[in-house]
Amino acid sequence: MTARSVIVIGGGTNGLACAHRLATAGRRVTVLEAAPAMGGGAAAAEFHPGHVAPALAHLVTGLDPRVSAAMALARHGLALSAPLPTTVLAADGAHRTIAAEGGGASGPDAAAWAALHRRLAAHARALAPFRLLPPPRLSRPAPGEALTLARLALGLRRTGREAFRDLLRLLLINVADVAEDELSDDLLRGALAFDATLGSRLGPRSPNSLILYLDRLAAGGTAHWPQGGMASVAQAMTRACAAAGVTLRTGARVRRITVTGDRAAGVELASGEMLAADLVVSAIGPRSTFRSLVGPAPLDAGFFRDAGHIRSRGAAAKLHLALTGMPDFRGADPRARLLVAPSVDAVETAFNPVKYGEVPDRPVMEIVLPSAHEPGHAPEGRHTLSAILQYAPHDPPDREAARARMLAGALAVLEDHAPGLGALVAHAELLMPWDIEDRFGMEGGNWHHGELAVERMLFLRPLPDCARYSTPLPGLWLAGAGSHPGGGITGTPGWNAAARIIETGA
Amino acid sequence: MNELLHFRTPLRTTPFHPRTAALNRLNRWSPWAGYTTALCYGDTAMEHSAIRNAASLYDLCPMVKYRITGPQAEAFLDRLTVRSVARLAPGAAQYTIWCDDEGRLLDDGTLFRHGPQDFLLTCQERHLPWLLDSAAGYDVAIADVTADVAALALQGPCAAWVLREAGFDVAALAPFRLADFPFDEDRITISRTGFTGDLGYELWMKPWQALPLWDLLMRAGAPRGLRPVGSEALDIARIEAGFLLTNADFVPADQAVREDRVRSPFELGLDWLIDWEKGHFTGRRALLAERDGGTSNWALVGLDVEGNISAAGSLLYLDRRHEAGHVTSACWSPTLKRSIALAQIRRPFDRIDRLWVEIYALRELQYAKLMMRVRPAPRPFFVHPRRRATPPGDW
Repeated sequence: MTARSVIVIGGGTNGLACAHRLATAGRRVTVLEAAPAMGGGAAAAEFHPGHVAPALAHLVTGLDPRVSAAMALARHGLALSAPLPTTVLAADGAHRTIAAEGGGASGPDAAAWAALHRRLAAHARALAPFRLLPPPRLSRPAPGEALTLARLALGLRRTGREAFRDLLRLLLINVADVAEDELSDDLLRGALAFDATLGSRLGPRSPNSLILYLDRLAAGGTAHWPQGGMASVAQAMTRACAAAGVTLRTGARVRRITVTGDRAAGVELASGEMLAADLVVSAIGPRSTFRSLVGPAPLDAGFFRDAGHIRSRGAAAKLHLALTGMPDFRGADPRARLLVAPSVDAVETAFNPVKYGEVPDRPVMEIVLPSAHEPGHAPEGRHTLSAILQYAPHDPPDREAARARMLAGALAVLEDHAPGLGALVAHAELLMPWDIEDRFGMEGGNWHHGELAVERMLFLRPLPDCARYSTPLPGLWLAGAGSHPGGGITGTPGWNAAARIIETGA
Repeated sequence: MNELLHFRTPLRTTPFHPRTAALNRLNRWSPWAGYTTALCYGDTAMEHSAIRNAASLYDLCPMVKYRITGPQAEAFLDRLTVRSVARLAPGAAQYTIWCDDEGRLLDDGTLFRHGPQDFLLTCQERHLPWLLDSAAGYDVAIADVTADVAALALQGPCAAWVLREAGFDVAALAPFRLADFPFDEDRITISRTGFTGDLGYELWMKPWQALPLWDLLMRAGAPRGLRPVGSEALDIARIEAGFLLTNADFVPADQAVREDRVRSPFELGLDWLIDWEKGHFTGRRALLAERDGGTSNWALVGLDVEGNISAAGSLLYLDRRHEAGHVTSACWSPTLKRSIALAQIRRPFDRIDRLWVEIYALRELQYAKLMMRVRPAPRPFFVHPRRRATPPGDW
């Protein structure tokens, strides 16, 4: 019997993780990536002569240990730095540092931070196993699933009555309330608010914003710089896939998923080339998958409607600066993860205008200086700065004006924290959410392929009828960030999807 | 101008109202889809008799109507409904149903194909949101034309005769066919369709043509006893014909509050409509799983009921003890001289001929409880070859 063939659409971390696992299980796998290189959000680009910046994600947080072990990513060249500490920048230079593992913070509130971290980390540990599982089916779980579910529920409950009550209280709370209840230091409050809402379209006072912080901790919480830059993540995964016998094709944009009988039968590329396969796995966004690649005809009307209602509004912009020298963030270690989030209100105030399609005057941001870690990201003596700015409107009425305002605001904030930085800027590239959509195919520029929020987690992600990676269309599976447990450079959705495909014998 | 005055006219009147109101001697009206319509003009037994023995006129205007046009109208309808629309020729009509994703019935209706890209879908309940949701991705236009199209059912053995007398030659019109006919310096559409299981036609016109056409037909039909009929008489005729009525015999899936009230086509005896070969349609996978898994819970059956009391609303029992289902529609059939019923029965009791019905018969302010034997009966209860004869006979 010949091996069953699989086409994986999208060569990001999830597509590659899924492809590798399927190939290892004996499937004949082809990965189709629209871009000229594999990697998706984990890639690097030269945005100015000699200046190379992480194309989208600029740190590795929560890379699934199962993925890095099975793909032997270390052997294929991936070396992650030790966990990076965080420096919360203060305009007066009295920065706070948060230890790499999260527990120790500097400043007057160190004890309160440590206590809060202990508490939240304990909850995150109890929730962590859920990230690694395919979302459980609540109605009619299979016997094995019911057992796992019961064990996890018991695990949650065994943390003790007080801890369980605390978890239930915190599960749907907003992060601002927790920050203000438990901390008194505005900088640490700001850091907590920022990290909870990073990559989401929620402000710190939006309901359910704390669960995203718990999810971040559950995914590992620590941030790492990959040696050689973000491209090295994609390269290592690509090499691992090639070694496992995966066929990798770049520049292969899928125009549609073909259906024969009542089954996905392959894909048609933008070039007109037709590829047949026993299974089609989509690691791109679920909304694009169903609405653009499959189309309405082979799907039920209610499902097709719901797929169109998956919210996917990006709220983060990506800034790349080519600098003629090293900026001085008032003495902060340039190899740390730098945060500009001076208070809860600063984060919330940056969120407010986005609700109305407008640009914040003073965005909050996470800054990484690749050239401070190692050479190769900027010409000798020069530097490259990469920052994630929050919040950016995904579809303002005047896009170019919004981009210009966003850039001016970001540079003003940077100038305040690193006086003289403005004069060092040789070139600035600002990717607004629509640029991220154009470049990476992420709908709305949302890097989770659909907003990560409590109403779209676990068995509700991206939709109940396709939450366990299979879809209503036989032969079509999902494996991207739009599926549980969501985005980031983790590989977990892809890994889980492959597990389900193998387990069900699809 | 204040347009928020709809509460002053909770019910609208149909274009035929000036005539139907004048004829409604008992002033018996009931609301239907936002319109006031006649329940009975004077004598339900006589009205029913006209349907079966002469000719009848029934005001059909409140029937919900959607006009569906565009290059992908056929593809859209093939995904929406369970029957093959591709095989429906222009000038033909078909009885059809449509389901939600779970394969539960949303409604039944009649689909008229006026042209390659021009359809009219008529049904009991309103479905515009579902139709628009279903239209996503299709080059199709959908309009609710309920108020723009007036409709009249002319049913009964003499219906064709009446039309001929009125100047419409429908002799060549076969069942489930439609054609346009000139009328009043314009045109009307006549389809050989109906809700009586008898020879009959439905006439589709613009609202301003309604009264002239009514007058013409009433004049032409007088020699053969044409009379207007209300919903009570029609309901008896449709039960005799074994037709389902939405919200009487089933609850549309999108309206059901209780989750055990929704029904699949298998559970309503409508699975024969499903075209499994035509490609995907909404609900197909769920229905296929139900078919292959044999997971249907209910069956809709026709029953003959002992005695002469209508079993409407009654519960059914196996061996007089175990509840097995309920009657959804029932009547004493004047045509058949039998008490007949449509019932939903929990499977597999539909296959066990040991069923009884518990009827509460109101006799001078006092209910008498009757336990009557019921027996399965083929549907339709009433069948007559004149329904299909083309050209129709002269009765």
